[in-house]
Amino acid sequence: MSTQHATAVLGGRRILIGKPGLDGHDIGAKIIALTLRNAGAEVIYTGLRRSPQQIAQVAVDEGVDAVGLSILSGSHKELVADVIAQLRTLKAHDLKVFVGGTIPVEDRAHLHELGVSAVFTADMPLEQVVKTLAELLA
Amino acid sequence: MNRDNKTAADGIEPRLRPVSPSGIEVPTSVDAAAVQPDGIGQPGEFPFTRGIFPNGYQGRLWTIRQYSGFGTAEESNERYKFLLAKGQTGLSVALDLPTQCGLDPTHPMARPEIGKVGVSLSNLSEAEILFRDLDLSRISTSFTINGTAAIIYAMYLAVADKQGVPRSKLTGTIQNDILKEYVARGTWIFPVRPSMRLIADTILYSNDVSPRFNPISIAGAHVRDAGATAAEEMAYTLANGLAYVDELRARGGDVEKFAKRLSFFFYVHMDFFDEIAKFRAGRRLWAKLMKERYGAQDPKAQHFRFGVVCGGSSLVAPQPYNNVVRVAVETMAAVFGGAQSIFTCAFDEAFQIPTEFSAELAVRTQQMLAYESGIGRTVDPLGGSYFLEQHTDRMEAQITQVMGEIDAYGGVVRAIEDGWIQMRLAERGLERKLDTDAGRNVVVGLNHFRKDNEEIKVGDVFKLDPTVAQRALEKYQRVLDTRDNAAVERTLARLSAAAVKDRENLMPYLVDCCHAYATVGEMVACLKAQWGEFKEPVNL
Repeated sequence: MSTQHATAVLGGRRILIGKPGLDGHDIGAKIIALTLRNAGAEVIYTGLRRSPQQIAQVAVDEGVDAVGLSILSGSHKELVADVIAQLRTLKAHDLKVFVGGTIPVEDRAHLHELGVSAVFTADMPLEQVVKTLAELLA
Repeated sequence: MNRDNKTAADGIEPRLRPVSPSGIEVPTSVDAAAVQPDGIGQPGEFPFTRGIFPNGYQGRLWTIRQYSGFGTAEESNERYKFLLAKGQTGLSVALDLPTQCGLDPTHPMARPEIGKVGVSLSNLSEAEILFRDLDLSRISTSFTINGTAAIIYAMYLAVADKQGVPRSKLTGTIQNDILKEYVARGTWIFPVRPSMRLIADTILYSNDVSPRFNPISIAGAHVRDAGATAAEEMAYTLANGLAYVDELRARGGDVEKFAKRLSFFFYVHMDFFDEIAKFRAGRRLWAKLMKERYGAQDPKAQHFRFGVVCGGSSLVAPQPYNNVVRVAVETMAAVFGGAQSIFTCAFDEAFQIPTEFSAELAVRTQQMLAYESGIGRTVDPLGGSYFLEQHTDRMEAQITQVMGEIDAYGGVVRAIEDGWIQMRLAERGLERKLDTDAGRNVVVGLNHFRKDNEEIKVGDVFKLDPTVAQRALEKYQRVLDTRDNAAVERTLARLSAAAVKDRENLMPYLVDCCHAYATVGEMVACLKAQWGEFKEPVNL
């Protein structure tokens, strides 16, 4: 498949995939992690049930270029705001933040206002996710 | 949505491929001479290919059961009364994530999640409100709860005690299937082995005190929604089921007794014959395993009873009304497969909490199939079909093969502790997603036959009351202020002492804790102190 054999469009990029909060649905996060790795990125996956503070700390410690947050519990507004606030506290202003999961259309503008660069949903082709991130991190 | 982007499948007419999504070869025409349908037996007879009851749905219709519960106990209690008034015959209780993960509402990780995906049930007083004016001896209640299932079951017993309903009259189900939580749903708390002990405790205890209650619902639904095929869904689920049977026998349980109360839970997706064959093959395989491997003689101990959800990840946001049709087709497959209870997803569940309109339509779908279509009149009406019998045989072989791979690895418990099944599922999920992206897995409206510039906007969006968390916290604090704290300390201390004794059944201790208004978080903290927590293998 194209995303697997794609030239390393994300080569040299380090990306953290995080599961903030208590939501345990991790298949989407894992699919994205595998996809970004197949596109050449170095991917770190946090595993489940991380606090926003833990995720921000890992992002800074690992010196990643972007943080992807996967949330399917409906708590995306609170959790995303919290992660971004923690990143600011740690002076990691330049990190790109993207979000995936069950994010209602009407909440997307709000997430962008918080500083989110991209919102992905389950029915979006993976190729498009990779392309968007490649542009974002170019 | 991908409305602005062309996909690989755009403009390409999909084709019927000679293979099912489970990877089973499907002939254009089945050679009747090659099929020997005489091994399938009669309905109600071993190996139960044709169903566990001789009279099918004429004896008893499937239970129409809808998943519901959100916000506070008061709001959920109102919703239950609404659904019962609409003709629903069983309640299905969704719990919020803090309750599922064993955290009280005051925990910092709990705060953003209070009341979000289900009701917050932090202690007995909330359960008393949740079931207020509902006669527990007359309704069957199904709880989607796993990590804290033993505690929620204890709480249900305590509510029954308070209502004066004999425990022996309780009917319903707790999901209580921890193995799949480690694989696909993520509400695990303790390491695998103490969790298995807790599950054995609930089953053995429930068999004695509430013999009509199902203390476990072994679930394939979540691995399915994560991308497993129908055959893999059944294989993982049966493998987990066998792990519980082994645990129960190691604890001295009698297979003739406990096996009667094991039940199962699956998703139904769109491939009609894969689904019907999955249920017929799974039912037959389970009966054979119970009889031949474990020596179960009583037919009821060989019975494979199951509930289903129609919808799940087979529903998509684009052209959402298409989902109404999907759910109807899936429900027909569930009926032909012989399901004991059916949950139909609302068409808007792919993107929001269902509205009253969509929730009612989902119930009506079942009622039309039950009472208008007549498909439930005759037991196993498709039995003996050349194709279906052949497909069922091939499905059984496929399921057996996957179970063999798990055995070869060293069994499910080890495969989960190592993260092997989790990795396998993630790879399968990626494969399925790429198939969908490329249009090989046809989803009308999503990757074929799309509408340009579709605005996704349907009906009224259900809005959760933003004061839910605050109210839950206030009620929680009131309970802490008014309960007898000495009694709480006493019951928790006894629970801790019992937790270190491997063969002590923890259920009576948990019921005592509930009666004393100990909180879910307090009980879980006690057990964590003895057992530790699961360390998730993150080996992507």
